[in-house]
Amino acid sequence: MVLENWKTNRFVFWVMSLPGTFWLVVFFLAPLSLVWILSFGEKTGILTIDITWTFDNYIRSFEAVYLKVIWKSIWISFLATVLCLIIAYPISIAISFAPNKWKPILLLAVILPFWINLLIRTYALIAVLRTRGYVNFTLEWFWDSANAILAFIGLGSFQLLGAEFDALPLLYNDFAVIAGLVYVFMPFMVLPLYANVEKLDKSYLEASLDLGAGHWRTLRSVVIPLTMPGIISGVILVFIPALGTFLIPDLLGGTNAQMIGNVIERQFKAANDWPFGSALSFLLMYVTFGALALRALLSREGGGMDV
Amino acid sequence: MTRRSPLLRPTRRNFMSGIAGVAGVAAGLTFLPRGTMADEEKKLSFYNWDTYIGETTLDDFNKATGIEAKMDLYADNAELFAKLKEGNPGYDVIVPTNDYVERMLKAEILETLDHSMIPNMSNLETAFQDANFDPGRAHTVPYMWGTIGIGYRGKKVEGVPASWKWLYDSDKYAGKIALLGDALTVIGHAAKYLGHSLNTKDPAQIKQAEELIIAQKKHIKVFANDNGQDLLLSGEVNLTQEWNGDILQVMEEDDDIGYVVPTEGGVLWQDCMCIPKGAPHPKNAHAFMNFILDADVGAAIADFIQYATPNRAAKGKMEDSYTKNPAIFPTEETLAKCEPALYLGEEATRLYDEAWTRIKAA
Repeated sequence: MVLENWKTNRFVFWVMSLPGTFWLVVFFLAPLSLVWILSFGEKTGILTIDITWTFDNYIRSFEAVYLKVIWKSIWISFLATVLCLIIAYPISIAISFAPNKWKPILLLAVILPFWINLLIRTYALIAVLRTRGYVNFTLEWFWDSANAILAFIGLGSFQLLGAEFDALPLLYNDFAVIAGLVYVFMPFMVLPLYANVEKLDKSYLEASLDLGAGHWRTLRSVVIPLTMPGIISGVILVFIPALGTFLIPDLLGGTNAQMIGNVIERQFKAANDWPFGSALSFLLMYVTFGALALRALLSREGGGMDV
Repeated sequence: MTRRSPLLRPTRRNFMSGIAGVAGVAAGLTFLPRGTMADEEKKLSFYNWDTYIGETTLDDFNKATGIEAKMDLYADNAELFAKLKEGNPGYDVIVPTNDYVERMLKAEILETLDHSMIPNMSNLETAFQDANFDPGRAHTVPYMWGTIGIGYRGKKVEGVPASWKWLYDSDKYAGKIALLGDALTVIGHAAKYLGHSLNTKDPAQIKQAEELIIAQKKHIKVFANDNGQDLLLSGEVNLTQEWNGDILQVMEEDDDIGYVVPTEGGVLWQDCMCIPKGAPHPKNAHAFMNFILDADVGAAIADFIQYATPNRAAKGKMEDSYTKNPAIFPTEETLAKCEPALYLGEEATRLYDEAWTRIKAA
């Protein structure tokens, strides 16, 4: 069936797109513009904000401490995105090459965490990572067994493994924040990658192997360039939400796990400074728009693959 | 075949716009004011802290008056204030702490109380019949009061750690310390430890407190907003800065846990019930407050949540294990050193928030 050009039936087009447009305008564009206008405002009292179209909030957000926090957030999100990519790529290739009757089950395994609330999943991660959590319980069991074996072969009194089991500090530090981010955003990376790997024409891989390239070379030169749209979607879907996250550093982070999301949240609550919070939020948005615009510019100029 | 689908003939178009019109009118009708002003529905919307009411209080209220109370929860005062800032979304009774009551009074979002509808106010201790942050109790009724101090695990600490030094200025318990997560509270207590007032507005003193905390940060495990007592119970930390009631609640589960108000003193807080402006059921709200102030109801609540009650009549019905517990009712000399938190105004709040951002970024 040939798809119609929308101009042949404008009325149908507008009616069909009405719910989506309505949603976009009322629940996205309108609140966002309100926040944008607020970022140019000034606090004149406890409850009142005056829109004086001042740039003070933006100037304040360029202070060293906030730039330091933004840089840290970018760095942590970048690490989490890279880790997600490295872990998700083999998973999506594995699912794509799995026998057809296993595919739905494997995909379900990836999607299943979505059916549980994010907050509950994060609390569950606390129970797993803390000093008296499941990871440390397992390690302690191994330590006890190893000690038992040592005692059995007569080396018990030397305390080769140390006098007491030292639990791993897996929670309330940057490790926990990154682990939490990777765990929460993994499906966002697996699914776009899987969609692209699935569309891959497997004969390209055969051809590459036939022509003498090894598996790694095939991966680098054939698979990755052909699945680049999936990689880019996955990276965008993980990096941008991770940049603005405040729940995971709040629950899993230690004393210096402060990301820009936490600072913004504080402005809207304890600090009661909505104009400044809006300015900080939009700063992130300008950076994101800039990155997307840069990408669009580069892909138009560089004559790369038409993906 | 390019035959138009039957759905798009002009007759169907009229049908579609007719449906849209009816839906629009129906949606509009739901926004009309409900009921009259004269008699209120038998409903109450209560916005409260978590685990801060007796087990059967709301059911008992329903049995006594026939009013169905629905309770929503908030995690901290800032969340409560942010919710009310843009207008009351329909709450009848809220329970802010005294410094936020001051902020709300300045913002003029609290309703004046009709004391003739709350005769049980005579049950209150004399000290609580009036308040310096709300003269004549024109807008508030006290609910519970308490202190912030140190919860500790007896076997893992030396003696009784009765000073903020062990949390703010020492590496003796490095890695096993938790502080609260609120800027004003943590920095305020640091200032108090350094000998200044908890409510200082002096930028130099705030800076001094900030530097103390930054230097101590490597020994602190986490800034626990509300779950310090759980961390203490699970053994994650051995010392935590927490509200007395939270520590008392875990003391029931573990005998090794103790609570002490440090010698330098801490925050003396008071939570009050108020009616935000625009409450849909003010008469029910007054009836609810009167019900809470009843001696038996107050005693049941105090017994369950283990906080100090300002209700003299309720306290008279409690056992010694409650009334003589120094963690709930500190001695006079301890109380003398504690300070109530004041609302410091928006500029000072901003100083504290910026200091807190710097502390967390260091």
